[in-house]
Amino acid sequence: MYQGRLWTMRQFAGFGTPEETNQRYRYLLEQGQTGLSVAFDLPTLMGYDADHPNSAGEAGKCGVAISSLEDMETLFRGIPLGEVTVSMTVNSPAAVVWAMYLAVAQQQGVDWAGISGTIQNDILKEYIAQKEYIYPPRPSMRLVTDTIEFAAQRVPRFNPISISGYHIREAGSTAVQELAFTLRDGIEYAEWAIERGLAVDSFAGRLSFFFNAHNDFFEEIAKYRAARRMWAHIMRERFGAREERSMKLRFHAQTAGCSLTWQQPYNNVARTALEALAAVLGGAQSLHTNSMDEAYALPSEHAVTLALRTQQVIAYETGVTATPDPLGGSYFLERLTTEVENAAQDYIRRIDEMGGMIPAIERGFPQREIAEASYEFQRSLETGERKVVGVNAFQEEAGQPIELLEMDESAGRRQEEKLGALRKRRSGARVAATLDGLRRAAEGKENTMPAILDAVRAYATLGEICQALADVFGVYQEKSIL
Amino acid sequence: MDERIRVLVAKPGLDGHDRGAKVIARALRDAGMEVIYTGLRQTPDMIVNAALQEDAQVIGLSILSGAHNAIVPRVMELLREKGMSDVLVIVGGIIPDEDAAELKRQGVAAVFQPGASLEEIVQFIRSSVPEAA
Repeated sequence: MYQGRLWTMRQFAGFGTPEETNQRYRYLLEQGQTGLSVAFDLPTLMGYDADHPNSAGEAGKCGVAISSLEDMETLFRGIPLGEVTVSMTVNSPAAVVWAMYLAVAQQQGVDWAGISGTIQNDILKEYIAQKEYIYPPRPSMRLVTDTIEFAAQRVPRFNPISISGYHIREAGSTAVQELAFTLRDGIEYAEWAIERGLAVDSFAGRLSFFFNAHNDFFEEIAKYRAARRMWAHIMRERFGAREERSMKLRFHAQTAGCSLTWQQPYNNVARTALEALAAVLGGAQSLHTNSMDEAYALPSEHAVTLALRTQQVIAYETGVTATPDPLGGSYFLERLTTEVENAAQDYIRRIDEMGGMIPAIERGFPQREIAEASYEFQRSLETGERKVVGVNAFQEEAGQPIELLEMDESAGRRQEEKLGALRKRRSGARVAATLDGLRRAAEGKENTMPAILDAVRAYATLGEICQALADVFGVYQEKSIL
Repeated sequence: MDERIRVLVAKPGLDGHDRGAKVIARALRDAGMEVIYTGLRQTPDMIVNAALQEDAQVIGLSILSGAHNAIVPRVMELLREKGMSDVLVIVGGIIPDEDAAELKRQGVAAVFQPGASLEEIVQFIRSSVPEAA
């Protein structure tokens, strides 16, 4: 499969202001990276503007701060959206951020039918694992379905969702749980889209997946193989898909952030290389390799370049790209694939019996299973049953010095100033009118994307748009489960 | 009266990555402590109020997002204002060495960085909290 086309080398990046991140993107493209992947800061991911009180100390920290269409214009200045594919890791406010992206594409004169990329937009795993939710599950699912429908009709080459096991695994799940909960989430999205009236073959080919590349080498390869087999069966038998495209599971992989260690950070280069190799042998369509310094901070330019070079070494020097599914037929791996599949199948059956993923989430089932697994994992480190080099084995007294990215602490303030100026400059009446229009759309049954686009083009901010939706949908508060 | 050490485990800020907070909460509970987990997105005010209401002897803050310099000093300030300076505050997460030193100057009892063992944290709390009368 890689003989025809290599995987997309897509390093997740974003920090500080849109100006700074735009420079990093241009650098990465110059270094031979083949796609972009946007990391947003926590306020953006939670639907807050940079000048909201809850954004204090967080704007621009874990990613780039995007509060309005103006910021999105800056982020992609000089980057032709008709040529580069862009992945955006955003969930609760995904429809809004996507609308900003579509508006920028339009400004660049690029036809929506010609652009390609991905929004993560997987809200179910937020309730399960990463916890970046705003609205309750059902209205959130309606928003996701709106984007799937809008993509199928207007932006047909764009992946409106990336159904993600990555965060489930990072929260401490096992490989089987990652696989099972992710595919069961996929079933939920497909059911909602079909309920909306879409034919399965009109959207299924654009459902994309995102898995972790963890450090149990063969188990990971088995997981990817089982995922493809299971999804093909689910699509054909459960949903009656007929097109081969609908049955294909395409996935992005990222090496395991939680496997990186703070101790002896250079060891992380070796860990990441092995995890990336598992993803490649497992047939990933797109890959992010973590940087060695990410147990400390967002990666430095030096570290992220080394991570990209790791992928390039695998792609161009090792010869592993010559054969599709090179480990297929191995007794061990075939058996492991079947074991992983059967165990995941069992979880899917149990969630079906609970009435689907939303009732399962509401009763805390996947959350509890993950918490249990992560606690077990930690216990096995404590007892020494599981060894991590540099942490509970082969420790060194002296630390390894490592140079880290210097963060400009003024990013938040600069974003606040720009946003203040935008609020003065734009037409307040147009903002209010488009937000009213959005509330009406949200109260009814129509697709909210056109109304979100209107608000975005009027330079209503992310926070204002998310608040307008919260006025209608309410906000979600999880019961803390220990 | 219950003589178990009372610990409030809190996750301030916008970040939702609660794996660490939950693992610590369970470990402290398994070690015989009374653990109250606040859940996500707690403001400093909410945390200090919860500690007051729950009569916590220890507050454990889990922060991975880099917002510790904005959040922790505020918690310490509120504790002083409410006359709760005897509450032991410990912080866990991705805290660079120089920030950890600064947080300690402000009264944080200990900062646990990645790789710290559960046993180490349990021992620290046991040796730092006077046995309840």
